[in-house]
Amino acid sequence: MDRREILLNVVLAAALLAVPLWAYFASQPFTITMSTRIAILAMAAVGLNIALGLGGLVSFGHAAFFGIGGFVAGIMAQHAMLGIPVLGLPASNQMLVIWPVAMLLSALAALVIGVLSLRTSGIFFIMITLAFAQMIFYFAISWPAYGGEDGLPLALRNQFPGLNTMRPLPMFLVAYGALMASLLAFALIRASRFGAALMAVRQNPDRVAAVGIDPFGLRLVAFVLSGAITGLAGALMADLTRFVSPSMMAWTMSGELIVILIIGGVGRLFGPVAGAAILVGFEVFFGGLTEHWKLWLGLVLLAVVLFARGGVIGLIAGRERHG
Amino acid sequence: MGLSLIFEQLLNGVQFGLMLFLMSAGLTLVFGVMGLINLAHGSLYMIGAFVCAWVAATLDNFWLGTIAGIAAAAAAGALIEMTVIRRLYKRDHLDQVLATFALILILSEGTRILFGPFPLYLTVPDLLSGSVDLGITEYSLYRLALIVAGLVVALGLWALIARTRLGIRIRAGENDREMIAALGVNIQVLYTIVFALGAALAGFAGAMVGAIQSVQVGMGEPVLILAFVVIVIGGVGSIKGAMVGALLVGVIDTMGRFLLPRALGTVMETAAATGMGAALASILIYLLMAAVLIWRPQGLFPANG
Amino acid sequence: MDEVLHLHGLRKSFGALVATDDVTLTLKKGEIHALIGPNGAGKSTLIAQISGRYAPDAGRITFKGQDITALSVARRARLGLGRSFQISAVIPEYSARRNVMLALQSRQGHPFRFLKPVMWDRSLTEPAAAILARVGLAGRASVPAGELSHGERRLLEIALALALEPACFLLDEPMAGLGAEGTARLVTFLRDLKSQAPILLVEHDMNAVFALADRISVLVYGRIIATGSVAEIRANPEVRRAYLGDAA
Repeated sequence: MDRREILLNVVLAAALLAVPLWAYFASQPFTITMSTRIAILAMAAVGLNIALGLGGLVSFGHAAFFGIGGFVAGIMAQHAMLGIPVLGLPASNQMLVIWPVAMLLSALAALVIGVLSLRTSGIFFIMITLAFAQMIFYFAISWPAYGGEDGLPLALRNQFPGLNTMRPLPMFLVAYGALMASLLAFALIRASRFGAALMAVRQNPDRVAAVGIDPFGLRLVAFVLSGAITGLAGALMADLTRFVSPSMMAWTMSGELIVILIIGGVGRLFGPVAGAAILVGFEVFFGGLTEHWKLWLGLVLLAVVLFARGGVIGLIAGRERHG
Repeated sequence: MGLSLIFEQLLNGVQFGLMLFLMSAGLTLVFGVMGLINLAHGSLYMIGAFVCAWVAATLDNFWLGTIAGIAAAAAAGALIEMTVIRRLYKRDHLDQVLATFALILILSEGTRILFGPFPLYLTVPDLLSGSVDLGITEYSLYRLALIVAGLVVALGLWALIARTRLGIRIRAGENDREMIAALGVNIQVLYTIVFALGAALAGFAGAMVGAIQSVQVGMGEPVLILAFVVIVIGGVGSIKGAMVGALLVGVIDTMGRFLLPRALGTVMETAAATGMGAALASILIYLLMAAVLIWRPQGLFPANG
Repeated sequence: MDEVLHLHGLRKSFGALVATDDVTLTLKKGEIHALIGPNGAGKSTLIAQISGRYAPDAGRITFKGQDITALSVARRARLGLGRSFQISAVIPEYSARRNVMLALQSRQGHPFRFLKPVMWDRSLTEPAAAILARVGLAGRASVPAGELSHGERRLLEIALALALEPACFLLDEPMAGLGAEGTARLVTFLRDLKSQAPILLVEHDMNAVFALADRISVLVYGRIIATGSVAEIRANPEVRRAYLGDAA
């Protein structure tokens, strides 16, 4: 990574921390909540970045994992409050317990979807991931036990040791910490042998097979890791909004995640952070100006795709060098 | 649960399937000939429905509305192709997905601006209202007309592809894009025509269903995703595959929603049966898609072997 | 065992076109076995079946005594089947060094490690540098493979095959696009290489073939019409007819 990018990353990380801290002292809780939303969406996009940015897998179904993570958090919270066990095990309202469960179930879903979808490639893969996410979406709507179409409210946010998650700033710090951890994981993966092979598969799968590495296995592992991290983000989002709804799994959510990546920079470490900040900022700013802000978003997105493919980080720090 | 009810649901499934066929045929043509995935296809369906509903209400003429809807969708398709889509043929799939997703945003908001945020309603024309006695059951004349219309269009499409010069160029283009350019076929014009044709089919489907369900922004995307399922099941690039896939999806989805809650009701109590039946029915066709992926990943009738 | 690679009665058709017609061929230890034939003879299809990209309709492929006909491309590579591609298939965004490191990490058997950054891993960077030096690319190690010249990319292909320490080499037109000097150097290089592992060489450059080959097989319309030494093949009337037409 060259110095411009490192500097940009530090600035982004610092800004994302500084803004809510300032807002805390300026008594602007809305800004803190907005920053938390940015951090969580960024984290969801970090997950997608593993599959899409590193592996070149255009998954249009990542909302499924986001929603699964959210529902795990919501269902656990509800059961814990009512004292009912979940599938025979006692429910918990501790984030540190819920998170591994959310990641595990999202990873499992990613495993099943991955095994089926990765037998195809290109356009098929995109359509199939979209279809499977839609399937899970419709199932969530029709399953009456947890709110169906209306969704599931969380009476209280789940708990994190030592912090009062019901207050905006502690909740933000939890999300920020999780985001930083996921970015660290991404950086490690990208630098590792696994990452080297995965990025090679994106560029030339035949060559990777010819040196003896099976592309399918690589892609599947990447897809599963990717789903797990996006699922964790979903669990956090459920706690932030204190609401889980099937709309977390709608195809528009999958689109939003891909949009975040392209605006920020596909495959770049802090691409998700830049992208999420811009997207949320755009929504808040333009949404205040006109109810038709999505039209402008569409135009900007079109412009980015046609003319500024590398996203914001690409514009500022140039193309990525792999060394 | 009488035979008449089952037959009625079966016909509904066929009607739904034929409408899906119109959507899928357009998509699979565009993919087969131009190698492009187009997420905005659902928006063209929506445009067809909106223009039809608006013109039909304003001029109090359903038939003019339908023609206007098809024309508007085709025109929108041609315009989009010439301004945006054309730049995407050489790009990778991610770019195509993102650009067409952007088009969805633009077209959806644009529709909201033009027609307002509330759904529009289309009434069935007098000529096609009421029901018809089919012996086993009475069936809505309008829906029957939709089935007939769908079959006529399918036949027309087949004739176009199999029998006309345009059809030959389309089939050749599916096989080898560079070759037909070298042979002097005007690729640019061909692509615009194919795209507009697909758009017209989608617009027609939208105009038709406007009378059965409400016309609102966002109506196109669920149908688009179903069309993807149809193509995966039927095989890409294949009109025959699109027809078989669409009918399968249409019938299985409709019959599933009808039968599953009832079937489960025989072994569990009604409330649970309805809930679980509905949930299972909603994912039935995706399970079918998963099965096809396991057994025949290239689809049931892939265009190339 | 003397035979490293053995093709028994391979058949492959695409619809009505018979691309491979009952091909039987062996590659022996220490030899360079050249596969030649006019354009359209089916050389690429045959290579694709050996590497595992296509499955033959009939016949068997034995490698180091093991039947590999049903094995995947990656599996065959792991067993020691090294190859270079006719159209250079390198990882364009990676430097030459990183390309070779990829092959090495596969060879070392641990492609799924997550923790140690690859660029700091001396067990990868040092052997990669050595291999690049061996093929003459030492000075270009840091250049992205996509920016290498055509000739350099051919050499990188050979380097990648070397990194696998294969039991045999499948080289598909390695001289393609190399100038006279590059070809001469590659000929010397391959001559030294054959003692490390035998080479099945598909090549159009007849001078290189006659200079290098211990044995030659001639493929015409999917069939092997002759196998023999350089002298035998040069004198073979059927071969002359296949290349030069009836005027020969």
